[in-house]
Amino acid sequence: MREIEVGEVTQLVRDLCIETNTCLREDQMAALRRARGDEESPLGQEVLDQLLENAAVACSEGVPFCQDTGYAVFFIELGQEVRFTGGHLGEAIDEGVRRGYVEGFLRKSIVGSPIERENTGDNTPAVVYYDLVPGEALKVTMLVKGAGCDNMSALRMLTPAEGLDGAKEFVVETIEKAGPNASPPVTVGVGIGGPFEKAAQLAKKALTRTSGEPSPDPGLAELERDLLARINATGIGPAGYGGTQTALAVHVESHPTHIAQFPVAVNIDCHSHRTRRAEL
Amino acid sequence: MAEEIVRLTAPLSFEDIEPLSTGDIVRLSGTIYTARDAAHARMAEAIEAGEELPFDPEGQVIYFTGPAPAKPGQVMGPAGPTTSSRMDRYSPLLVERGLRGMVGKGLRSEAVRESMQEHGCVYFGAVEGTAALLSRSVKSVEVVAYEDLDSEAIRKLEVEEFPAVVVNDLHGGDLYIEGRERWRRAPNWG
Repeated sequence: MREIEVGEVTQLVRDLCIETNTCLREDQMAALRRARGDEESPLGQEVLDQLLENAAVACSEGVPFCQDTGYAVFFIELGQEVRFTGGHLGEAIDEGVRRGYVEGFLRKSIVGSPIERENTGDNTPAVVYYDLVPGEALKVTMLVKGAGCDNMSALRMLTPAEGLDGAKEFVVETIEKAGPNASPPVTVGVGIGGPFEKAAQLAKKALTRTSGEPSPDPGLAELERDLLARINATGIGPAGYGGTQTALAVHVESHPTHIAQFPVAVNIDCHSHRTRRAEL
Repeated sequence: MAEEIVRLTAPLSFEDIEPLSTGDIVRLSGTIYTARDAAHARMAEAIEAGEELPFDPEGQVIYFTGPAPAKPGQVMGPAGPTTSSRMDRYSPLLVERGLRGMVGKGLRSEAVRESMQEHGCVYFGAVEGTAALLSRSVKSVEVVAYEDLDSEAIRKLEVEEFPAVVVNDLHGGDLYIEGRERWRRAPNWG
């Protein structure tokens, strides 16, 4: 049994909020540089130059590179040997978000109710997904989720007869519909299987993977390559101005499903793809 | 698509925007206003109630953004464009009243595009996700209305060399459609 004081979690979350919003993870920088090298459209090249310059300015000046500093989403892997002291884990995470967004000069974008729409003033509450795992570590992955691209995401309950071809068509159709609104070049998270909500959650989690690192499952890795090629053939391009680099990466996660089901969820993240990991 | 850069100073006249064409790379200087969802809803209410708007739209440019807070010493916090389509239901009201330019990102509705062609207004794209870079073009900022809306308040900005691209010109051009068609490849179905 290991004890963790929840104040440590608050500090870790606070720092994650600021770092994730100001400095792009190296794999995302590498993906943007690769896209700049591969882009054929001059206007697309100009957009990628601006994105790379913006990322450098934001990180060196310690300012967020996108004004939409997002919904604070956390994926927690919690070792079952851990016991928390000094308070409640969920509240400690929210306190970390509160401090990070206030002290880091990040925009507060959360309203307390979708109907009343009054800003909570500190970007809380966070959305937190917990996985209980063996061991005594606490691993925290943050995803700063911008709304413009989240709004272009979609879920469809396919029939098993529509199958893999139907799933591919749905993913490409979702990106085509999103067009410039999702702020390409995008990162695409795809969740297949489970019941309804599992697919959506997997799609979101898939976004946090190292950019472009193929799935360990050879079949899914092939699906990722195929989808990436199809998406980049759409011509949407950087900022939707036309070009060959519409997506930087496609990550697919799969889960067992029901004999009558084939859910497919597509969660899109814009070119300000912000995710980071930390652990205690 | 022109490779050279077109320099514009807002407010804009019809003559300023008439020669612009889809895909033109623009650097915008002068005075522009920020407004996004909530400010547009209030302006629409004001129009409906016959009340005066916080600024006369004639010749003006609206930038769809809600900045992050400024750090000490910064003129304005990061302020990139937000998705323009959420303003679609309101924009024609302002375009009819002489608005000459809108800066945002993403597709506009047919009604907005028709209104822009009819009354003379151009839609510029800025690159979302370049907020830190774009805010460097902002030389001064003043909240002019709806201060209670915080990041959504209407701000008057003095900008210099703000980078943008012409998406919808006055002649029916649409960069989002033309760009995609030009670069679309026969998919290599795996």
